[in-house]
Amino acid sequence: MKKLENIVEELELKILSRGHGLKSDVSSGCCCDLLSWVMANGKKDAVWITVQTHVNVIAVASLLDLAGVIIPSNMEVDKKTIEKAQEEGVTILSTHLNAFQLTGMLYNIGIGAEG
Amino acid sequence: MNSDSNKGLQGPQETPPTTPAAKHESSETQVLMKHVFPVEADDFTSAGEASGKIKNILKQLGIDSQLVRRAAIACYEAELNLVIHSWGGQLTLLLTPHEIKIVTEDTGPGIPDVDMAMKEGYSTASERARELGFGAGMGLPNIQRNASRVEIYSVVGQGTTLKITFGF
Repeated sequence: MKKLENIVEELELKILSRGHGLKSDVSSGCCCDLLSWVMANGKKDAVWITVQTHVNVIAVASLLDLAGVIIPSNMEVDKKTIEKAQEEGVTILSTHLNAFQLTGMLYNIGIGAEG
Repeated sequence: MNSDSNKGLQGPQETPPTTPAAKHESSETQVLMKHVFPVEADDFTSAGEASGKIKNILKQLGIDSQLVRRAAIACYEAELNLVIHSWGGQLTLLLTPHEIKIVTEDTGPGIPDVDMAMKEGYSTASERARELGFGAGMGLPNIQRNASRVEIYSVVGQGTTLKITFGF
């Protein structure tokens, strides 16, 4: 298992909010923009790739104990979302890679779909 | 119910015994803890705050982490239903010696067809809710998957009471 902080280094991800999930062993990955789906299927300690950048993402990540959220394609994240993430201890990362590339790279370094 | 009386309240509040939540309590079981959280209609910014507080309360009580997770998921879905569908309401956490109960009570349009509402994929959510990634018709089925028991009391044009029970 890889720790999220090691994945950050390996894939050169940018840290927008430093939460406790950085130290977690990442269980799996999930790429989805439907919050309802993630709520129903998200695994503990998973990384979640989404283009949703509003504040509700933080509540979902926090309630599900996800390791972190990764925003692809250098998308801008609302200031309120980052503040909320810092408050709740949720890790938010970003990358220039698009969601498809990022998913492939995570899969290649051993992050599967099942936790 | 009168949700106006809860406006402006911050965080958990002790419930007076006359609130509607009292109606649905089991008379034979001892309530060890009760917290009430008001939930505003259409307030997507605060959505999830009550569920976050409830999760922390359950965690601090040392309840099994798998059970806390199931309760937090169901609670969030129920809270979001109040935000998306109701005209305002409240979420109550009740703890008895062998059960966690989460009760939502709202004033609102009610659910005309509960069987349809329980079907995965069926939703009457607004465009706004859908744009944010909600309203996929997964809320009530997800609550049912995580809970030991779900009861829905709904009157069209008046409101809905949802009672979710987790045994332990």
